[in-house]
Amino acid sequence: MQPTTDFFGEFLAWLPNVQLAHFLIVSAILFSLGIYGVLTRKNAILVLMGIELVLNAANINLIAFSRYGGVNLDGQAAAIFVIILAAAEAAVALAIILNIYHRFQTVNVDEVSTMKE
Amino acid sequence: MQLFDALFYVFALITVVSAFIVVFSKNMVYAAFSLLFTFFGVAGLYVLLNADFLAVTQILIYVGGILVLLLFGVMLTNRVINVEVKTGTIHAIPALVIVAIVAGTFAGLFYSTWKGVTAPATHITTTTKPLGEMLMTGYLLPFEIASVVLLVALMGAALTARRTRKSGEK
Repeated sequence: MQPTTDFFGEFLAWLPNVQLAHFLIVSAILFSLGIYGVLTRKNAILVLMGIELVLNAANINLIAFSRYGGVNLDGQAAAIFVIILAAAEAAVALAIILNIYHRFQTVNVDEVSTMKE
Repeated sequence: MQLFDALFYVFALITVVSAFIVVFSKNMVYAAFSLLFTFFGVAGLYVLLNADFLAVTQILIYVGGILVLLLFGVMLTNRVINVEVKTGTIHAIPALVIVAIVAGTFAGLFYSTWKGVTAPATHITTTTKPLGEMLMTGYLLPFEIASVVLLVALMGAALTARRTRKSGEK
């Protein structure tokens, strides 16, 4: 089929010439890996690591569009706020996880299914 | 292939491979330490995107703050008898299917929509001063709210994680 070979030829020619879409695809991969970590991990701290991966993917997107979308820094300003909220979220989430550990002696999210002991 | 493209592939490879280890490693300590390389790789991508201030901020806050916090969490919530700190997974197959669909959709969408977009010829060379001016003018209200959020998160985290309670409470 002609369109398929055209597509792959175009893709191979596009690959070594780094543009906006390269960064977006790296961020898509990072986002998917983070979502996979959030969905499958039992340990709550590893779920948190997945969330950090998702936030980093969002940041790559914001900064890539800030660079390629025109001469302004609005995307980078938004990325600063994402980093601030990630720091606040990690601190609060770890405090909650430590409390869960003191109460249940485990941080596996599939075992912590009750509000009280 | 220019130096820019080669550097992009180096940083992208570091980021993606170490993110794979974060998500698929059974050993929690390995996962935490490969998260370090993910953050460094992402910082490298920020440098390639002319975001020098954000790259340094990424290393300072993520590597210096969040990662150390996560490592504390790993160490405090496991009885470390030996170095191996294992953890399991649940719903691996359905999650893999969902994530494959999501990743394929996003990558296809990004590729088909923005494959021809190249960088504008003019760009901002240093970002620290313009970013500081933006935070003090157009983004002043979000900036102040973020400072309040950080203060509240700090106090809330300290209060929540405190182990000993007063004698009157339970």
